[in-house]
Amino acid sequence: MSIAFPTPDEAVLSRRSEILAGLGRLVAPEALIVSEDERRAFETDGLTAYRQLPLAVVLPSSTEEVAAVLRFCRDHRVKVVPRGAGTSLSGGAIPQADAIVLGVAKMNRVLDVDFKNRTARVQSGITNLGISQAVAHEGFFYAPDPSSQLACTIAGNIAMNSGGAHCLKYGVTTNNLLGVTMVLLDGTVVEIGGDYLDSGGYDLLGLITGSEGQLGVVTEATVRILRAAEGARPALLGFERVEDAGACVAAIIAAGIIPVALEYMDRPAIQICEAFAHAGYPLDVEAMLIVEVEGSDAEIDDMLRRIVAIAEPFRPKTAKVSQSEAESAAIWKGRKSAFGATGRVADYICMDGTIPTGQLPHVLKRIDEIAKSYGLGVANVFHAGDGNLHPLVMFDTNKPGEMEKAEAAGEDILKLCVEVGGCLTGEHGVGIEKRDLMTYQFNRVDLEQQMRVRGVFDPGWLLNPAKVFPLEERFAA
Amino acid sequence: MNTFIPRDEQDVATIVSDAAAKGTLLNLAGSGSKAAMGRPNQTDASVTSAALSGITLYEPAEMVIAARSGTPLSEVVTTLAEKGQQLSFEPMDYRPLLGTTGEPTIGAVAAMNISGPRRIMVGAARDSLIGVRFVNGRGEMVKSGGRVMKNVTGLDLVKLMAGSWGTLGFLTEVTFKVLPRPERTSTLLIRGLDDGVAIEALAAALGSPFDVTGAAHLPAPDRLGARTLIRLEGFSVSVDYRLNELRRLLKRFGPADILEGRGADAVWQSVRDATVLPERGERAIWRVSTAPTNGPILTARIAAAIDAQWFYDWGGGLVWIASPLDGDLGASVIREATRALGGHATLVSAPDSERSRVDVFEPQTEAVMALTRSIKASFDPVGILNPGRMYAGI
Ligand SMILES: Cc1cc2nc3c(=O)[nH]c(=O)nc-3n(C[C@H](O)[C@H](O)[C@H](O)COP(=O)(O)OP(=O)(O)OC[C@H]3O[C@@H](n4cnc5c(N)ncnc54)[C@H](O)[C@@H]3O)c2cc1C
Repeated sequence: MSIAFPTPDEAVLSRRSEILAGLGRLVAPEALIVSEDERRAFETDGLTAYRQLPLAVVLPSSTEEVAAVLRFCRDHRVKVVPRGAGTSLSGGAIPQADAIVLGVAKMNRVLDVDFKNRTARVQSGITNLGISQAVAHEGFFYAPDPSSQLACTIAGNIAMNSGGAHCLKYGVTTNNLLGVTMVLLDGTVVEIGGDYLDSGGYDLLGLITGSEGQLGVVTEATVRILRAAEGARPALLGFERVEDAGACVAAIIAAGIIPVALEYMDRPAIQICEAFAHAGYPLDVEAMLIVEVEGSDAEIDDMLRRIVAIAEPFRPKTAKVSQSEAESAAIWKGRKSAFGATGRVADYICMDGTIPTGQLPHVLKRIDEIAKSYGLGVANVFHAGDGNLHPLVMFDTNKPGEMEKAEAAGEDILKLCVEVGGCLTGEHGVGIEKRDLMTYQFNRVDLEQQMRVRGVFDPGWLLNPAKVFPLEERFAA
Repeated sequence: MNTFIPRDEQDVATIVSDAAAKGTLLNLAGSGSKAAMGRPNQTDASVTSAALSGITLYEPAEMVIAARSGTPLSEVVTTLAEKGQQLSFEPMDYRPLLGTTGEPTIGAVAAMNISGPRRIMVGAARDSLIGVRFVNGRGEMVKSGGRVMKNVTGLDLVKLMAGSWGTLGFLTEVTFKVLPRPERTSTLLIRGLDDGVAIEALAAALGSPFDVTGAAHLPAPDRLGARTLIRLEGFSVSVDYRLNELRRLLKRFGPADILEGRGADAVWQSVRDATVLPERGERAIWRVSTAPTNGPILTARIAAAIDAQWFYDWGGGLVWIASPLDGDLGASVIREATRALGGHATLVSAPDSERSRVDVFEPQTEAVMALTRSIKASFDPVGILNPGRMYAGI
């Protein structure tokens, strides 16, 4: 446990019953959760090594209720941790002892779908997959597809600017969002963007996306929906050397091909996922690529033929094109369950740095050395087209000191990502997990400019205040 | 007026911190080809990016290019073309519309978030912009984003800088992600549709699985001359297949011709640069973004009140309007229609004297304006960077 929470404000803790009474006057009784048992369900998120019971949990069912709660918290100087489904892997939704959790999970309706203009208006607590399901009958979908899409909410996706395996073609959340309704800390409801492209004035929508619940609480969103391709099929390419897989990725892109997904798995990841999903992954290779293309059958055949030909000079040990929907589903099941499958064989922490793809062989070699130096194993799965790595550093919680070692190894890996020209986080967010590493990527001036912008929205550090910015670097804006 | 020509970022920082100390108002410029855009403002000195030139990083295999802000856009475009790549968002060239000369810079493309027809498929300049370096109004050198295309580390100041028209900082270096140029480009042309039907046709095309990268409608006074354009790009086999499928899908709108080659490129260039509009020298030019099916409703309302000419890009969602150079240039009618239907309107081109009388950018709600003012102050507390270029007091 090396990440510190700020010391809770005793004055707020001592006013707990008063605060609960005040909140009780603002929302329906069932929307306010106070008992320790029920608060337990909210004490952590996807970063389960850290947990903290909040003062209370509020689950409003309207924008007005959210506004009333925020205004109350501002007036009484109570901290607020916004929450969607609590699947954040960086601890973005982990509470603080002197904060309330403000969850949007009950606000989960589709408000309007406009197929002609290809937009959907939703309440922010709807799940990512829920949006796609609501438009699937017309052959449409919402493009960014985090592996957690069954559970995670669009609110969380917006706050984290989440990505997915198919964002090489379709972009991440920020590229697919048109408008939001957001409640500011003082209860003001602002409409930002709308059902049209780009905005007049400053790009506030772009600023809010990825702001990790520090600027306001998003209650509704308008997203772009897209007509799904006629079909999609992946190919598996297995290589004896990591360098060959990296060079193959570069060659595919140099040939002018942007596959809809281009995923990489190393030997440990292949073994773990194959044992879980029985996807037909090659077990005798060092590196494997999943390359997926879309279109009609004939277009897919043509494209996969080109890709296999491009791979040829790199002497793949396996070059297998999926022949059926079932085969494709199995291939994706293996990849998408990489975290879960790893969780069955070990405890792990999942890193999320991005690197320039040309640095791939060097970085993978160093990651291996780093893990070994701590006596730990590591499995690598990542989005090869854009260099977003997910090294899973494996350890055993029951062995004293191992978790600390894993955290230290993770830290070394992220520093390495920054060193080679990349960044700390490609899609999971900074949260508490990478908060104290921010000074490796940004200097004081960079961070101060960000904090001044943060201060425009929350000058008193009440909104998700333990996250993103190193505690000791802070100043009142 | 004094003009500063900084040689590097440190120079910019020195100039800006001096100006901040003295309260000198600075006009930030690239080559000046778009000086006649935005609100006319009063400044004491100019700072140009003319000496901040050169591509600083280009990795074709990583699909990323970085350049100092004063680098000519044409140099970036040519360098990318040599490796079969391009700025996918298809930045518009404003010179024909504004009647200006000068070499547009890559910094201005970022600062003004300049995109073109392909915006509907691949996003705007802001979606491709992955990193910036800039000097804020305190004279501090700041970076945000970087050179990798997936990056959620910290607040996304890159997006704030894109489209802030130099009111938040002087960009010194910008990094874009790029895409391959398509092997083949082909356009379906349907003639003689009226606006409403044309937008229906474009909606059908954009709602198909066939990856349309351009969707425009160019009305004509005699309707028969009206042209509806749908662009497909990609590998040749795939383009052939999708052309056929789309033709079948759009059969009810009438026969479709196929345009390719230089003629077709020229048409898309005239859509991109809005040179489709006749009489552009003698009219005010507006650019309105709205939901695509609102496009024809918007133009009908405007045409009922003023003598307007127009065409549509982005499937109907981008409406270019030429209004008479008298009265309020059509501002009240255009703004009223835009507000009612949802969207934003920008006065792109009109003489200086007119642009100081009429709001150039879409007026914001009071809540958004309050945020805008505070954000401006958080970058530029004294208010010396392009003051008033977007909004009074910003
Ligand atoms: C198995 C697994 C796989 C995953 N795969 C991916 C993946 O492929 N790609 C990816 O990008 N991520 C992935 N994630 C991470 C996570 O799912 C995403 O970050 C997701 O967007 C979080 O959504 P959530 O609803 O769970 O948000 P939460 O975890 O509840 O919150 C996340 C952040 O959003 C803020 N927030 C929540 N609601 C609001 C609101 N209404 N207004 C303002 N701020 C708010 C919170 O304060 C917090 O900072 C994965 C997680 C797991 C557990």
